[in-house]
Amino acid sequence: MIRAFARLASTTIATALIASPALAQGGKIDGADTAWMISATALVLMMTIPGLALFYAGMVRKKNVLATMAQSLAATFLVSILWAVVGYSLAFTGDGAFIGTLDRMFLNGMGMDEISPLAKTIPESLFMIYQMTFAIITVALVAGSVADRLRFSAFLLFCTFWLLLVYVPIAHWVWGGGFLGAAGVIDFAGGTVVHLNAGVAGLVAAYVLGARRGYGSDNLAPYDLTLAVIGTGLLWVGWFGFNGGSALGANSRAAMAIVSTHLAASAGAFTWMALEWWTRGKPSVLGMISGAVAGLGTITPASGFVMPMQAIAIGIIAGGVCFWACTWLKLKVGYDDSLDVFGVHGVGGFTGTLLAGVFAVGALSVTPEMPNGVQGLLEGNPQQVVMQAYGIAVTLLWSGVMTFIILKVIGALVALRVRNEDEVMGLDVSMHGEALQ
Amino acid sequence: MKMVVAIIKPFKLDEVREALTRVGVHGMTVGEVKGYGRQKGHTEIYRGAEYAVNFLPKLRLEIAIASDQLNRVMEALAAAARTGQIGDGKIFVLPVEQAVRIRTGETDVDAL
Repeated sequence: MIRAFARLASTTIATALIASPALAQGGKIDGADTAWMISATALVLMMTIPGLALFYAGMVRKKNVLATMAQSLAATFLVSILWAVVGYSLAFTGDGAFIGTLDRMFLNGMGMDEISPLAKTIPESLFMIYQMTFAIITVALVAGSVADRLRFSAFLLFCTFWLLLVYVPIAHWVWGGGFLGAAGVIDFAGGTVVHLNAGVAGLVAAYVLGARRGYGSDNLAPYDLTLAVIGTGLLWVGWFGFNGGSALGANSRAAMAIVSTHLAASAGAFTWMALEWWTRGKPSVLGMISGAVAGLGTITPASGFVMPMQAIAIGIIAGGVCFWACTWLKLKVGYDDSLDVFGVHGVGGFTGTLLAGVFAVGALSVTPEMPNGVQGLLEGNPQQVVMQAYGIAVTLLWSGVMTFIILKVIGALVALRVRNEDEVMGLDVSMHGEALQ
Repeated sequence: MKMVVAIIKPFKLDEVREALTRVGVHGMTVGEVKGYGRQKGHTEIYRGAEYAVNFLPKLRLEIAIASDQLNRVMEALAAAARTGQIGDGKIFVLPVEQAVRIRTGETDVDAL
């Protein structure tokens, strides 16, 4: 039945894609593509400010709300400047297997009508800022695992080093012409580059910094989950730009990615809620929003490669494994990942990247060079699952090892963690001299 | 004069205020407090992390009255604050030695 649907849809999509001006060869700026990508860029920036800022701040204690928001804000302005200075150039120019070039350092030579070979129907400036918003949210995501205890100055250093030494290389490997993309790893909008990457870095950071004071004994309950609900809504809507925009044009693949994204989020929220209701007796609001974000993170790598019904399946699996990771694995292993960056984004990115290899429907990624598109296990191509595992392994290893080294170096320069008394007083007052009344 | 101190469930405040107004109480002081009695606390679960919440939110009413009002006030208060469920709260009565209305300088029962 599903196969029949897929085949029917594949014909439609293939026709639509071939007819789409977005796939025209050579570079020519297209008005519709540009309009959509400008919107998508705004949507993805909105995911971090205020989306992630609210989502995270709502889950910490009252004394750390502003400090948590400060991390999303600082990631936004610091990563933006670094991206324009050198990050974009290293990630998205040239065809080096491991790293890009310095051709676009300081955005040198990026005139008004320049076009990147990676996005042939929109201005390069737009491609640059669209990718900038991805770098911002990835860095901001990591901070959630060490919320309530990471020193602000250490966070600024972390943003800088981590962006340039972890995010930029991995983005280049997968999307910028590097060896993972060339090998055939598929990652539509950031299962490896964004979510697995941020999740693993978060896990390593939680280990290096150690648990919050009072973890396991004191009441560390969230201050205001209404903020987190508002943040989730902004993330959810913003994700239409994150995954839909990753089609890099106003086309049917973008539309299909948005449908998949929304359905996976819904399935994830429903699954987490049901599991929590069943095992804990009550369907919590935090559970519903956690499930939604789990579904969103997990569908991300698969979003432009699967059909809506596969997206629902991915969302259900996402809700299940991320629920398990946050409520069982974390307690069993004993790390204090404050806001479950690893449990939701790491595990979600891992699962989604793998499932993209299982569920990929070739018809969605048909190009003149690849007449069958990227087919997954269910279309008789088990090789794609192996390829996805390869992408996961490389990301996991690089992100994990480099994050550890970066944190150790920063720890030698400034203290990573705030002083005990500052932690007790709260980071709002001790780091920023402000407080919620 | 007596000071009636009542610990009640927060959502009962309006009913209690109306009932006390009907029996001639002209003022009260209300504070948000936390505490526990037989009700104990409850458990909150956040993504699998369970926290025992021992102190539950309640309201503390302080009502100064003339001694001859006491029985009526106690009855009205208890009736209005009661749900029959555990956690309805308690009423304490304390003697009051003096009272002064700051604006006028009136004292004792005249000041209430």
